[in-house]
Amino acid sequence: MNLLEVQNVEKSFRGLRAVSDVSFEVEANSIVALIGPNGAGKTTLFNLIAGALAPDNGTISFDGQPIAGLRPDQICARGIGRTFQIVKPFAGLSVLDNVTVGALQRNANVITARAVAEDILIKLGLAAKCDQPAASLTLPDRKRLEVARALATGPKLLLLDEVMAGLRPTECDEVVAILRALKQRDGMTILLIEHVMRAVMALADRVIVLHHGEIIGEGTPAEVVRQPAVVASYLGETSEP
Amino acid sequence: MNRRAVILLTGLAITLLALPLFANSYLLSIATLFLFFAYTGQAWNIMMGFAGQLSLGHALYLGVGGYSAAALYFHYGISPLIGLWLAVMICAALSACLGALAFRYGISGVYFTLLTIAFAECARIGFDHFTWLGGSAGLFLKVAQRDRIDILNLRGPPALYYYAILLLAGLAFGLCSWLLRRRPGYYWQAIRENEEAAAALGINTFRWKILAVVISAAMTAVAGVFLAFYYNNLFPEQIFNINRSVEIILGPIVGGMGTLFGPVIGAALMTLLTDGATELVAALGWDIPGVKQLIYGVILLAVVVFLPHGIWPAIARKLKLER
Repeated sequence: MNLLEVQNVEKSFRGLRAVSDVSFEVEANSIVALIGPNGAGKTTLFNLIAGALAPDNGTISFDGQPIAGLRPDQICARGIGRTFQIVKPFAGLSVLDNVTVGALQRNANVITARAVAEDILIKLGLAAKCDQPAASLTLPDRKRLEVARALATGPKLLLLDEVMAGLRPTECDEVVAILRALKQRDGMTILLIEHVMRAVMALADRVIVLHHGEIIGEGTPAEVVRQPAVVASYLGETSEP
Repeated sequence: MNRRAVILLTGLAITLLALPLFANSYLLSIATLFLFFAYTGQAWNIMMGFAGQLSLGHALYLGVGGYSAAALYFHYGISPLIGLWLAVMICAALSACLGALAFRYGISGVYFTLLTIAFAECARIGFDHFTWLGGSAGLFLKVAQRDRIDILNLRGPPALYYYAILLLAGLAFGLCSWLLRRRPGYYWQAIRENEEAAAALGINTFRWKILAVVISAAMTAVAGVFLAFYYNNLFPEQIFNINRSVEIILGPIVGGMGTLFGPVIGAALMTLLTDGATELVAALGWDIPGVKQLIYGVILLAVVVFLPHGIWPAIARKLKLER
C-alpha cells in the first residue's frame, strides 16, 4: 500500500521551476531516499508535502486523502512529521520541553506528553541532556532533537531533511541504526533527503534522484548509482568527443 | 515549585494582605500602584513574554475597558461589576480583530507593534471627539464616599481599591502560572522561539496567537475598569497615551519577560524607582531639576546592561529556584 502519492507536482518561484512534473510513491513501512545535487528541488518538494508551500499544480495524497494546500499544522495532524535542514530548535526551552511541544499534538495532557517525550529522548540517546537548554546543544545533537521532536508528534510518515549532514561516520552510523529500528520495530515510513551516500546505501529500500526539479532516476541504491544520468548529474558529463 | 519558593510566596502574600493594617495612605497608594503594574505587566507578559508578540498599544484596552464600565455607571448607574464584563467583551473582540488582521496578512515583528500603536492612537483621537463620553474634556465619576464601603459600585476607602487590585494581581499570577504549565504555555513559547517549527509540530499558530492576544487584552480591560473607578476620571489624552503602554511593559521587561515573577518584581522596582527617587531627592534636600529622572534612568540602564534577561532570572539562579 502506498502511504504517500505525489502526482505531477509543480512549483515555480517567479518563473524559476524548482519542481516540475514530479510523481512518485512511498510505500508504507519503507525507507525512501531523495537524492540529487544542490538546488535540485529536494527541499522544495519536502516543503510541498509538509504544507510549508502549496504546489502550483498536481496532487499529493497521504493515506488516501488529498493533502496538497493544507497548512503545516493540519498536515502534521494527519500524521506527517518533518525536520528542517537548517535546524530550528526552540532555543530558549529545554531539550525535554522541545520534544514535549511535539508530543502535545497527540496528548493534550502535559504530564503524559512529557512521558512520551522522555521515551523518545531515550530512543534517540538524548536523555542525558533533557534538562539542558536546546541552545547549548552541538549540531549533531540538534539534528537528533529535530528527529525527536518530529517523532513526538506521532507520525506515520517521517520527512527527514539531511539529518546526517555534518555528522562524523560513527555518529552517522548511530542515526542509521536508530532509523532502521524505527522502521523495523515501530513500522515507521521514512522519506529522507540525504547527501551522505554511506547512509543512503545502508538505509534506503528505494532511491529517487532529482535534478533540476525533475526525477532522472529511480531504483534500489545499487541500481541508481550505476545509472549514467545519475552519475552525470553528480559528476558532470564527459566532454570528450 | 520547591520549598524555598513556597516560603517566599507565603511571606509575600501575608505581607501584602496585612499591609492596610499598618500602612499610611501614602504607602497604601504606592502599593496599589505597584499591584496595578504587577497585574497589567502580567497581562502584557502573556502576549510578549509567552507568545512573543510585542504590543506597544496596551493603553487601548486600558482605555476602552475603563470607558466601557465608566459609561455604564455614569449614564445608567450600572455597577462596574457588571460593566466589567462589557469591558472584557469589547476588548476581547477588539483585540481579536487586531490579531486577525495582523496574523492573517502576515504582519509580524515591528510591523505588528506599529499596528498596536496605531489602534491605540486611533482610539485616543476618536475618544477625544466622543462627546457622549465627555470627549477631550474628560469623563468624571461621582467621587467616592471614603468612609462607606460599597463593593457593588466599587466605591469606598483606599483599602477597598488596594484589596481589589491585590485580588486581581493574585488571580493574574495564578492564571499565568496555570497557563504556563499547560498546553497553551508550551505552544506559546514554541511560537515565540520559532513559529515555523511550531507549525510543523502541529500548532495552529494563528489560533494560538489570537488566544494570547485576546486573554492579554481582556485582562488589561479589567485593569482599565479599576483605573477608572480608582481615579474617578478618564481623559483620552491620558489613558490612551503611549506613555501608558510603555509604563505597562517596563515592569515585565525589567523583571524578566516570559517569567511568572518578572512582572511582579519589575513592577515593584519601577514603582520604587518612581516614588522612591522622589522621596530620596526630598530627603537629601537636592533641589536639582531633573535629578529624579536621572536616577530613574541610570538604574534602568544598569538593569538593561547588566541583566539583559531581567532581574528575576538572575535572582532565580542565585536562589536556585526554577523560573
